[in-house]
Amino acid sequence: MIISVASGKGGTGKTTVSTNLARCIDREVQLLDCDIEEPNAHLFLNPVFTGKEKVNAPVPEIDLKKCTFCKKCMEICRYGAIAVLKDQVMTFENLCHSCGGCFEICPENAVSEKERSLGEIEHGSSGKIEFIHGRLDIGQVMAPPVIKKVRSYTNPDLVTIIDAPPGTSCPVIAAMSNTDFVLLVTEPTPFGLHDLKLAVETVRALNLAHGLVINRAGLGNDEVKKYAEKQNLPVLMEIPFDRKIAQVYSKGLMIVDELPEYREKFRELFNSIENMVNRGGQVK
Amino acid sequence: MRELVILSGKGGTGKTSITSAFASLAKNKVLCDADVDAADLHLILNPDFGQAHDFRGGHEAVIDQDKCVQCGRCIEVCRFDAVQDNFVIDPIECEGCGVCVDLCPEQAIDFPEVVSGQWYISDTRFGPMVHARLGIAQENSGKLVSLVRQEAKKLAEAKGLDLILTDGPPGIGCPVIASIGQATALLIIAEPTVSGLHDMDRVAELARHFNLPAMVCINKYDLNPEQTEKIRASARKNNIEIVGQIPFDPDFTRAMVQEQTIFEYNPDSQLCAQIKGIWDTILSLPCFRHPVANNIMQKLQE
Repeated sequence: MIISVASGKGGTGKTTVSTNLARCIDREVQLLDCDIEEPNAHLFLNPVFTGKEKVNAPVPEIDLKKCTFCKKCMEICRYGAIAVLKDQVMTFENLCHSCGGCFEICPENAVSEKERSLGEIEHGSSGKIEFIHGRLDIGQVMAPPVIKKVRSYTNPDLVTIIDAPPGTSCPVIAAMSNTDFVLLVTEPTPFGLHDLKLAVETVRALNLAHGLVINRAGLGNDEVKKYAEKQNLPVLMEIPFDRKIAQVYSKGLMIVDELPEYREKFRELFNSIENMVNRGGQVK
Repeated sequence: MRELVILSGKGGTGKTSITSAFASLAKNKVLCDADVDAADLHLILNPDFGQAHDFRGGHEAVIDQDKCVQCGRCIEVCRFDAVQDNFVIDPIECEGCGVCVDLCPEQAIDFPEVVSGQWYISDTRFGPMVHARLGIAQENSGKLVSLVRQEAKKLAEAKGLDLILTDGPPGIGCPVIASIGQATALLIIAEPTVSGLHDMDRVAELARHFNLPAMVCINKYDLNPEQTEKIRASARKNNIEIVGQIPFDPDFTRAMVQEQTIFEYNPDSQLCAQIKGIWDTILSLPCFRHPVANNIMQKLQE
């Protein structure tokens, strides 16, 4: 079973929920931190890393001895990553989306592919949790291939928990597509509600089962709850707005270690998710 | 013309609340929301969505089933696994690269332009604002961010305004890089948590990578004084100016609920005095008073 933990708005508590959930459940579990721009789960789980893997993407390399400057590669490239001049070809690696068009179309076989680095995967374990995360290289824009690489570590025999990036565009889709359940984490504020609506539209567009965790409950107003009720969104857990919890988080500690009463709550959260997945995503 | 881009790396540190507070203070400016994925600034500034425009960010491949002979060439060349076994292209997986379109031997693949969002030039009670809304599950958020910023610049030039105040997206990837090209300076809103520090350091590295001056404002500093000290130390080490710190204050949320900036909600508060001090500090900094031209495209093409 794959559970992705997502939110439209950043900073609502995705990492808090995914790490504490992974720590509490009585199953063999792996955590994949797919927020590769700003991975944070390791700061809470302190995994021991046992391996690394580079994430590369192919970019064109032009053999000027074979090139006839026919410009076909420049014409097929929709990203402006190749400029063919009179007797010179310039490639712009950072604009390349690695679609392979130039490589396929070149009639002279003058385009070969070399690798450029997009990021890095680290894997290891934190107690009984298998831990994998990715890191996008600084200055790099191509996030989805790195996220897909993190997800390639999914082990179908384990419960997989994915910590997704914020937003609603390509990186989020890459992190939550084909998961069995999306746990949306929000806060009961106007920003939280607005971005929750976008996140709900996104999971519905992807046709994924989903439920809600309201973090910092008591802050702001009741509009998130009203919205959830109206939309038939099950609220699976509420974490109250509490300075103590905020301080635990600020130190990089786990709620379930510092406030043990939460262990049972996270176990119940997992049970609710499992029940919903077994019922095909429906609330009972 | 100067542009201040407000970033954080980590989401939820207070970028939008602080940007809207500055909107109350800054004179002669255009406001710009460069978080097109989950834009929130409009929830406080209440723009009129005056001029709406479609954003045509790219194309999407569609197989014409009448022409398709199911030769499988498209499946072979697609690097994004977007062509399903029944020769229908999954629009969510499609990257819009057009390779299948060009290489289909039957020319059976159409490549219509898609409207993947809207952008707006609006009026607000604090002046003009440029903002956008990327469609659900759409690509090209970076392109839309660049567009919004170009339009903000055009608008500022046309109206003779000399400042652009830009609320940036979270992260350090594509939309963030699109939001900082040619910025005068970046203001990083950091929170004193282990994640806040980790994420601020990644944004600081990004700023250095693109040679942009950065400053930091610590929000909710009293939540964890030890982490606040670490953020200060990291800022000093990275040559980042610390422009001030703001305590944790539920007034930010209360103001948000009222759709107000903190200066409208409680103008005489200590909090507002502190934010005013931070704004004055930013305006006085040499990197902001004497901007250096920067071209991020050069760096990208290196």
